Amino acid sequence: MPERALGHLKVIELCNLVTGPYCTKLLADLGAEVIKIEPPGTGDAARHRGPFLNDIPHTERSGLFLYLNTNKLGITLDIKTPTGLSILKELIEQTDIFVEDNSHAVMQELGLTYDELKKINPRLVMTSITPFGQTGPYRDYKAYQLNLYHSGGEGYLLPIQSPEPNREPVKGGALVGDCICGLSIAIATLAAAYNMHATGIGQHIDASKQDVMMTMVLLEIAMYANLGVVRNRHRRPILMPIPMECRDGHIMISALTEREWQDLMHLMGNPQWASDERFSHWIQRHLHGDEINPHVQEWAKQFKKDELFRKLQANALAAAPVNTPEDLVKSPQMEARGFFVEVEHPEAGKLKHPTVAYKFSATPWRGERAAPLLGQHNEDIYCGRLGYDEEAIARMKENGVI
Amino acid sequence: MKRSALEGVRIADFCWLWAGSYATGLLAFLGAEVIKIESMQRVDPSRMMTLTIGQSFEGVDHSPVFNSINLNKMSAKLNLKHPKGIELAKKIIQISDVVSQNMRPGAMEKMGLGYDVLKEVKPDIIMLSSSAFGAEGPLKRYGGYAPSFAAYSGVTHLTGYSDGPPNPMTGSTDLMSATTSAFAIIAALNYRQHTGKGQHIDLSSVESLAVFTGDALMDYIMNSRVQSRKGNRDNIMAPHNCYRCRGDDKWVSIAIATEEEWQAFCRVIGNPAWAGADKFSDAYNRWKNQYELDALVTEWTVNYTHYEVTEMLQKVGVAAMPSFSNQEIFSDPHFKERKLAVEVEHPAMGKQVVLGPPWRLSETPAKVTKASPVIGENDEYVFGELLGMPVSEIKQLIAEQVIY
Repeated sequence: MPERALGHLKVIELCNLVTGPYCTKLLADLGAEVIKIEPPGTGDAARHRGPFLNDIPHTERSGLFLYLNTNKLGITLDIKTPTGLSILKELIEQTDIFVEDNSHAVMQELGLTYDELKKINPRLVMTSITPFGQTGPYRDYKAYQLNLYHSGGEGYLLPIQSPEPNREPVKGGALVGDCICGLSIAIATLAAAYNMHATGIGQHIDASKQDVMMTMVLLEIAMYANLGVVRNRHRRPILMPIPMECRDGHIMISALTEREWQDLMHLMGNPQWASDERFSHWIQRHLHGDEINPHVQEWAKQFKKDELFRKLQANALAAAPVNTPEDLVKSPQMEARGFFVEVEHPEAGKLKHPTVAYKFSATPWRGERAAPLLGQHNEDIYCGRLGYDEEAIARMKENGVI
Repeated sequence: MKRSALEGVRIADFCWLWAGSYATGLLAFLGAEVIKIESMQRVDPSRMMTLTIGQSFEGVDHSPVFNSINLNKMSAKLNLKHPKGIELAKKIIQISDVVSQNMRPGAMEKMGLGYDVLKEVKPDIIMLSSSAFGAEGPLKRYGGYAPSFAAYSGVTHLTGYSDGPPNPMTGSTDLMSATTSAFAIIAALNYRQHTGKGQHIDLSSVESLAVFTGDALMDYIMNSRVQSRKGNRDNIMAPHNCYRCRGDDKWVSIAIATEEEWQAFCRVIGNPAWAGADKFSDAYNRWKNQYELDALVTEWTVNYTHYEVTEMLQKVGVAAMPSFSNQEIFSDPHFKERKLAVEVEHPAMGKQVVLGPPWRLSETPAKVTKASPVIGENDEYVFGELLGMPVSEIKQLIAEQVIY
């Protein structure tokens, strides 16, 4: 049996919805033992959000929750009761990493600050995820993914090349904002774990989602400070890549270098307009893109997106079809790489799941465990790990602690 | 002085362009010694120009773009077209922990620097190979820039107005792929620390973005529904949009999830009669009638600046934030307090403002220690000090255009 990259790490997760759970999912998928703590009764809010299997809302059949919590163990615990709080501390005492996404005020109130927790576990790596970080005037501000996308600076620039500058700026699609935050924060967490194993010293990580979002547009942000360029989403007359319409959808075509430009023009049959003096140098082409793009668009329209994609790539041109989720699930490339893996879940049945973007030669990804049912591992952890007997468990359940 | 988290980790960085460079840049913030292997024979295009604003820079050492994504790194010139260049590359790899590269699949192998060769040179080496579609599968030879891998991943289809064309986002997609590479490397470093074993990582930039669309992919898998872009809108929350404010192209984002937040919002806007209408009486009704609701919310927001709206709403626990431009961010008090932007002194460009790492580690701070290197800035350190080559030999290799 192949080893797992992070099989030696123990993680406690006290997080909700997307960012925190995605952060620890990345660790769980590489073999870390992640114990996810959910409030009794309701569980993680992601359980109440769609998509649901067959569109029937059910806390164990949310595709969002199932995706974000693969390979984790799940327990329920009411940390707002003194018993719950002391059990949480027992778990923290035995873990390497503790990832939480509560507000600064809540953690203070519960006495779950890093300064307190390092007394019971000096090797602890504690990652605190908040919208705006542990310091600064917005420390206690509330924000959902929408607000972070916009306060992080990328929202204002989207949709780029907007033909309607009077309309509102928009966020990136799907879970992009929350997931990139979870991913970035996982890097700092693993760096701290690396340091802990080297030195025996734990530490606290103050992770601000707004900071992560801003680093994703660091080039645009720095551009104002260094070049005085103010960016917006208004359409500029630049050369592709912009989505070009095909018969059955869109394609992105790049022709940035001289070689690529020549090859594209050759493919298009060396049209007369291309010999214009103004299109003879890349900067000139770039600045007169609005005169070039319509010609390419006209040409692209006669093809199907996949057909044109293959034609362009056969000539070493970096094109790609604008795929829908359906296209991706049916993509032979994804199939060949085993990007989707079937995982069996007691309530949702056998379902394909998207996996990870990397293949580790020595420690491959394995979809060994579907997302946990609410409280699925209570007995394993409370009895097996912490040594509570069955009667104690029964009492705590009656009292709503677990 | 405090220790760095990745102290003692050396990375031989064969990456170029944005996605490759920022990956190892993140690890350099955490204290890894990153040696960028570059050559005058194949200069990183980000040293020379930016397509974002269609500008070319003077020479190879005057690019604020290159500087922003190659902070803390060293640079050694090495011509990999020359057989002696390959030999020297192996010597550098022999004393490194990680090799990172983002050439087309097969290119490193062709040069004799594939993983099979490198693990003979350094058995516990960690090698990251990042490419548009990954090193396996029918599309492995296909190339791609950020706009193409974003398109293939599904992110482009899901971004934009619901009645508008798909949108490829900004260069952020490159940096997202870079962040994925950095994560994969640091996971492999943790494994090596525990077991002493290195390995090869084959990373697909397409997949690094596809994983961010997990909800849409699950919807297709579970319900055969093909989701599409929907601007700022949410599947259950409303209001959930950007609303016009006083000023030129100024907007505030407002997101309301609970009944409590809705009531607080209504109080702030003065409990107008329309807010009590049946069509806005519960979360579902507000969501169903959100277009009408958005127009009414805008009638209120246009009277205030985005900061005023933000403050009024945050005070009562409603999530609101301005949609910041790159200019406005610099005068924002929170941005200033978090000190994400710092100034560095670049050998050729002078003072430059850059963004540092987005996390604060209490014991091993991640930080900007220096500007990006000018090309070949550390030739002497790498070839002289690390490889122990005499000055005469280095001079000879420069003359032969090996160190070039």
